[in-house]
Amino acid sequence: MKRRRGNPPRPVIKPNIRGLIVTMSFSRFIRSGLGALLLAAFFVAAPASAQSVNPTAQSVKEEQLLQALKPGEQLSGRISIPDPKAASLIQSGRDWRAFNQETLHKLGMWSFLGMLGALVVFYVVRGKIRIDAGPSRQRILRFNTVERFAHWLSAVSFIILAITGANVTFGKLLLAPVMGPEAFAAWAQYAKYIHNYVGFAFMAGVFLVFLVWVKDNIPNAVDVRWFAAGGGLLSKGHHPPAKRFNGGQKIVFWSVVIGGFLLSLSGWYLLFPYSTTLADVQWYATIHGVAAFVMIALMLAHAYIGSIGMEGAFDAMGSGEVDLNWAKEHHSLWVEEEMRAGKLHPHAAGQPAE
Amino acid sequence: MARMKFLCDADRCIECNACVTACKNEHEVPWGINRRRVVTINDGKPGERSVSMACMHCTDAPCASVCPVSCFYTTADAVVLHSKDLCIGCGYCFYACPFGAPQYPKTGNFGSRGKMDKCTYCAGGPEADNTAAELAKYGRNRLSEGKLPLCAEMCSTKALLAGDGDIIASIYKERVAKRGYGSGAWGWKVAYKETIAI
Repeated sequence: MKRRRGNPPRPVIKPNIRGLIVTMSFSRFIRSGLGALLLAAFFVAAPASAQSVNPTAQSVKEEQLLQALKPGEQLSGRISIPDPKAASLIQSGRDWRAFNQETLHKLGMWSFLGMLGALVVFYVVRGKIRIDAGPSRQRILRFNTVERFAHWLSAVSFIILAITGANVTFGKLLLAPVMGPEAFAAWAQYAKYIHNYVGFAFMAGVFLVFLVWVKDNIPNAVDVRWFAAGGGLLSKGHHPPAKRFNGGQKIVFWSVVIGGFLLSLSGWYLLFPYSTTLADVQWYATIHGVAAFVMIALMLAHAYIGSIGMEGAFDAMGSGEVDLNWAKEHHSLWVEEEMRAGKLHPHAAGQPAE
Repeated sequence: MARMKFLCDADRCIECNACVTACKNEHEVPWGINRRRVVTINDGKPGERSVSMACMHCTDAPCASVCPVSCFYTTADAVVLHSKDLCIGCGYCFYACPFGAPQYPKTGNFGSRGKMDKCTYCAGGPEADNTAAELAKYGRNRLSEGKLPLCAEMCSTKALLAGDGDIIASIYKERVAKRGYGSGAWGWKVAYKETIAI
């Protein structure tokens, strides 16, 4: 195949409109006074334009267009196929890829391992936080059925979402080498569908959590004193007063509400990716990843202190009824409120909680 | 082995969309998917240029990097292919691709996108060359027959070039030197981290 062929010498191309007038009606044009005037003007202007301007060469240049792009912008044009997404020609940058494969891996790994390590150290140093006065044989209702339903709906869906979501980030590093590519891809496919549908249960759970507890989670001066005393976490036998939720629990509550909202919003756009621009989808995927790993670390701590970390704490979300001495130590102001309201119905020890 | 690339000489492209049509026909591409498309920049304004764009088969491809199931692989010819058996349709390659190449047969929501489809450089997929299974999933495998991608082979103005990167770059350089201008090797900087000096 003959590929390289010499082009004939290319004549200097004059601007089209002038060339057309000159060739099509040159004699009539030159005879009219206006024509002569325009022609004179043309020759005066000629040194500046006709010799150097090549209209074909005056085109958009990829390099200039790419340099003019701001982060998140894309180089787009007009497309004749009925798919508006295809009108985007080039997106600038590879920022999202770098985030997804480097930053998110580090964030996920260190937030998880860091929190796990911190909890182990805390357990070794502080041990299980006991009820100082010992169990009282009296119980008080802390969370009713609706509250526990909201909690467990959020909690169970969050655990499922955390596992199936982390699989997207870490599965190919941790599971794929063990399972093999085919088995891992099959599991990842199911995990994706589970993640996409359980997400709605999580959204509902977080919304319920917000509704049932927002009134008890407004920050106030009691929280400041609670934090000033380190929450009583570091010293035995010392319990700063707290209402229904202490400062630490309020942080968990607002993290769940704000984090849950961010996860829901960004997850929504990842479920419906064509409802926004690609740059926005990358941004939502970034938010989703960061919020998820921050929440996972936080929920590890929350689950620890609500179970093996503190004697009597799990009952609050288990049966819903906690030991009165536990309640007096950790939520002294709340117990006083409940007693004033006459809501305290002591049960004899050994009786079923409900 | 050759390092296969695409190069669209936008100063020659007349936006006839024959590459788009040829590709769809050759590979029986699923409904709603165009593996190749022609985008016109500055349409209707002086200096407008049309660029035929598909998967650029990037060096260190971002799609392969972000894929959670590692379904992408690069052939000895540096063509970026993927396995539809492993693909879970998560959409990450579409988020990461600078050229909008990955597409999904279903635009259904809740993640029901189906298996990703993109330009294969007419090189099929992981199945054995020129088998019925390969044809059904990825389209024709012209490269195994010693043929270049059909879009470039049938380009009427030879705007779209396919072949070894060094050879098509030298053709483009020669054209630019002869005619005295060129709008650039579109996508090369982003895909290959190098471009052709004009």
